[in-house]
Amino acid sequence: MVVNLRGLNMSGNSVAHDQYRLDFKELDGRLVPDSPSWLSENRQIAFSEFENLGFRTTKRANERWKYTNIAPLARTGFRYRFEPNEDVVTIRSIRELLPWHEDWTRLVFVDGMYSDLLSNPDNNSSDVYVGQLREAMVDRSDVIENSLGSLVSYSKDGFLAANMAFLSDGAFVHVSNGVSPRKVIHLIFVSTGDEDPMVSYPRTLVLAGSGSDMTLVESYVGLLNNSYFTNAVTEVLVEDGSKVEHYRYMKESQDAFHVGTSRVQLGRDSTFSSSSFSQGSSIARNDLGVTFNSPGSSCSLSGLYQASDSEHVDSSIDIDHASPNCSSDQYFKGILDGNSRGVFSGKVLVRPEAQKTIARQADKNLLLSEGARINTKPSLEIFADDVVCSHGATAGALADELMFYMMSRGIDEKTARSLIVYGFASEIIDKFNLAPIRDRIECLLLDGSDFQ
Amino acid sequence: MTNPKVISRTSSDKELNSDYKYGFVTDIETDLAPKGVNEDIVRLISAKKNEPEFLLEWRLKAYRHWLKQAGKDPDWAKIKFPAIDYQDIHYYASPVQAPQLESLDEVDPELIEAFNKLGIPIEEQKKMSGVAVDAIFDSSSVATTYQESLEKAGVIFCSMSEAVQRYPDLVRKYLGSVVPYSDNYYATLNSAVFSDGSFVYVPPGVRCPMELMTYFRINAEESGQFERTLIIADKGSSVSYLEGCTAPMRKSHQLHAAVVELVALDDAEIKYSTLQNWYPGDKNGEGGVYNFVTKRGKALGNNSKISWTQVETGSAITWKYPSVILQGDNSVGEFYSVALVNNHQQADTGTKMIHIGRNTKSTIVAKGISAGKGSNTYRGLVQIMPSAQNATNFTQCDSLLIGDKCGAHTVPYIDVRNQTARMEHEASTSKVSDDQLFYSMQRGISEEESHYMIVNGFCRGIFQELPFEFAMEAQQLLRVNLEGAVG
Repeated sequence: MVVNLRGLNMSGNSVAHDQYRLDFKELDGRLVPDSPSWLSENRQIAFSEFENLGFRTTKRANERWKYTNIAPLARTGFRYRFEPNEDVVTIRSIRELLPWHEDWTRLVFVDGMYSDLLSNPDNNSSDVYVGQLREAMVDRSDVIENSLGSLVSYSKDGFLAANMAFLSDGAFVHVSNGVSPRKVIHLIFVSTGDEDPMVSYPRTLVLAGSGSDMTLVESYVGLLNNSYFTNAVTEVLVEDGSKVEHYRYMKESQDAFHVGTSRVQLGRDSTFSSSSFSQGSSIARNDLGVTFNSPGSSCSLSGLYQASDSEHVDSSIDIDHASPNCSSDQYFKGILDGNSRGVFSGKVLVRPEAQKTIARQADKNLLLSEGARINTKPSLEIFADDVVCSHGATAGALADELMFYMMSRGIDEKTARSLIVYGFASEIIDKFNLAPIRDRIECLLLDGSDFQ
Repeated sequence: MTNPKVISRTSSDKELNSDYKYGFVTDIETDLAPKGVNEDIVRLISAKKNEPEFLLEWRLKAYRHWLKQAGKDPDWAKIKFPAIDYQDIHYYASPVQAPQLESLDEVDPELIEAFNKLGIPIEEQKKMSGVAVDAIFDSSSVATTYQESLEKAGVIFCSMSEAVQRYPDLVRKYLGSVVPYSDNYYATLNSAVFSDGSFVYVPPGVRCPMELMTYFRINAEESGQFERTLIIADKGSSVSYLEGCTAPMRKSHQLHAAVVELVALDDAEIKYSTLQNWYPGDKNGEGGVYNFVTKRGKALGNNSKISWTQVETGSAITWKYPSVILQGDNSVGEFYSVALVNNHQQADTGTKMIHIGRNTKSTIVAKGISAGKGSNTYRGLVQIMPSAQNATNFTQCDSLLIGDKCGAHTVPYIDVRNQTARMEHEASTSKVSDDQLFYSMQRGISEEESHYMIVNGFCRGIFQELPFEFAMEAQQLLRVNLEGAVG
C-alpha cells in the first residue's frame, strides 16, 4: 500500500520575509563568538529550514492552522530588537499588568532580552537553578545540550524553526532530583513594541528532576498598545515521579500577534497540571502538546480563553498517549464577544501500546454577541481498545432565564451579565491554585461591574 | 422484504472465516467503452444516452473542471490507498439488452438469475406490497416495477436516463443544484461521466404510497460505476427511499463515485436509508470497493425535513459524508449512522449540517465499530451561519473497539457564527465492557454471541430509524461482518 501523502510536501507559497534574513545575519555575527558550536550549528540549520518553510498560509494540508489566518503575520517583516528597551519598563509598570507576588522567584525578559534590574533569580544553590539560559549554557552545558530542542522539531514548523534560529537567551529552570522549591517560579515576558513591528523569541527550558515538585507561572504581556509579534517556545521535561504545576497567563496588546508553543514530556508516574488564561489579540495562539512517554502518569489541562472586538484567540491542544495506564483531562472554556473569533482544537492520540488510557476532553463556549464566532474541533484518534475516552463540546448564548432571574431581583443588566459570565468561567478559574492569578482573571472578567 | 434476502447463517468454525457471500460474476455480454476518460468518452456517454444538448454541455464543463483538478484528489481523509489510475477504468458499461422493457419476460434469464443470487427476486417482489424496485445492473436500469401504481399517485420513479428523456425540465432545474459539478474531485468526475441512477419526483401534497428501493451492483470487471441520483420532494410531499448495495468479488480495486442529491421544498420530507455491503476485500486487504460518494440534501423549503440513515458494513474504503443544507426556516436535518470496519477496511464517514435558515434543527447520531485491523473515522461538520437564528444541534458519536489492532477516530468540526445557536457535541470511545460480557457469558451465552448482542444493542438506536425490513437485515449484516473479529 502506498500512503497517500500528496500535498504534505507542498510548503505553500510563503517564504520567510526578507527582514528575517537581514536580522539573522546580524544576530548570528554577534552571537557566534560566545555561543557553543552545537548551538550555532543548530541555529544555522533552523534558519535554513525557516527560509524554506516560512509561515504557511495555504489552507491545503495545513490542518493545524485551519481556522487561524496567519497571512497578516506572514506578510509583515517584523524586526528583531538588538538593543534592549529596558528603560520604559519598571517594576511598577509590570505589576499592573500581570499576576504578582513579592515572594515569587522571578525572571523578567523585556522584548526577549533578560533584564537584570527587574529579575529576582534563584541560582545560588545547587538544587535549584532559575536563571538565564545563556549563563547556564556555560555552567550546565551538557544538560542543556541534551535537552534544549529535544521536544520540538523545527523541520516542519516555521514558527519553531524561527524561534530556534533566533535563540540567543531564555529562561532556564532546573530542579534537581527530589527537590521542591518553596517559591513559585514566575517567568515574565514583556513586550514593549515600537513604531515599527518588532518580534521577540522567548524561550524556556524546564527540567523537573525525578521526585521534584514545582510551581511555575509563565506570563506574556504587552506594555504599550501596538503591533508586535511574540514567538515563544517552552519545553518542559518532567522526570519520573515528579510533579509540575504550570500556569500560563497571556494578555498581549490588542494588535499583537502571539504564537506560543509548549511541549511537555512526562516520565513515569509523574503529574503535570496546567491552567492557562488567554486573552485575544490580533492572533493569540496557545499551542500545548503533552507526550506520555512512560506508564502511570497523568495530566490535567484547563484553560479559559476570552476575546472581544475583532480579536482572535486560538487554543491548540495535543495529547499523545504513547504509554499505558496514563490519564489526561482537558477542560477549556471560551468567552467570545464583539466580532471576535475563538478556535479550539484538541486532539487526543492513543497509540496501540497505550492500553488502559483514560482521556477526557471538553470545550464549552459562551457567545455574547451577534458577531462572535467559535470553531471548535475536539478530536480523538484511538488505536488501543482497552480505553475510556470521551469528548464534548458546546456553544451557546447567555440564557435568557438567568438574565431574567437576576434582573427581576433588581440587578442591572450589565452586572447581571458579568455575573453570569463569571459564573460560567468560575469552574476554570477555580483551577488556578494561586490567588494572584485568580484575582487577576476575576478582575478582568468583572471589569466594569459593581462587583469588582 | 421477505426472507430470501436476509443473510441467515448458523455459525460454525469453517464459516467464521467465510469469504464474501455475494462474490460471483455474471457472464453477460457487456457494451464497453474503451478504458480511460477524455472529451470523446464524455460525448460518447452522452450520445449513447441520447441526451439533450444542455446535459452534454454540463458534462463537458464538469470534465474540463476535473482536468484542472488533476492530481488533486482529496487527501485529507484518514484513509490510505494506492493512487488511482483514472485512465485505467471503463467509464461506460451497459448490458447489451435495451433497458426499456415492459415485462420481466424480456429480461435476460441470466440477469434474473444474478438478481436472485443477490437476493432480489423481482418476481416475488412484484407480488409483495409496498416496495417498488428499480434494479440497476451496472450502469443501465434494467427493470422497474411498480411503475404503474406510482404513476397513479403522480410519483415519478425512474432511471436517470429515462428522466432525462421524459422530464428534461425537472432534471435541468435540479441536477447539480445541491452538488454542483465543481463540488469536489469525485463529484466532478461523476458529473462528467455519470452513467445512470434513480430519479424521483414527488408532486405537491403527495405522500409516496410505498417505500422506494434501488439496488446497485457493480458487475463488469474493472468498471467504475458512477451513479447519479436525484430526489425531489415538492411542497407538502413525503417520500422514503431505500438503497441497498452488494457487489461481486473482484481482484483489483473498484472505484465507485456516486452522487446523490435530495431537494425538499416547503413542508416536504425525505427519508433516505442506505445499507451498504459492498465487497470489502479479503482478509489481507486485497481488493474491495472504493466507495467515494457525495450525498447531500437541501432542505430548501420552510418546515422541510431530510433524514439520512446509513448502515455501512462493506467496501474496502468508505469516503462518504451525507449532508444537509438547512436553508428553509424551521427545517430539520438528521443523520443516523452505523459504520463497521473489520480486517483491513477503512471508513472515513460522517455528515455536514449547514444551518442557514431560522429555527433549524439537526441531530447527528453516529456509531462506529472497529474490529480486526480496521480504521474507522467519524468526520463531521456542524456549521451555524449568522442567519441561522435559534438553530440547535445535537451530536453524539460513539465508537466501540473490538481487538487491539483497530483504530477509532472522531474528528468533529464545529463552526458557530450565531450566538443564539445551541450546539452540543459528545463522543465516547471504549471497548465492549467486561461487565456486560461477563453478565451474558455466565448465563451460558458464548463469547461470540455475547459480542453480537452487545454490538447489536450499541447500534439499536440507529436500527430503529431504518424501515422494519431493513432493520432486520442490518442486524444480520452486522453479525456476518463481525465474524472472526472475536476470540
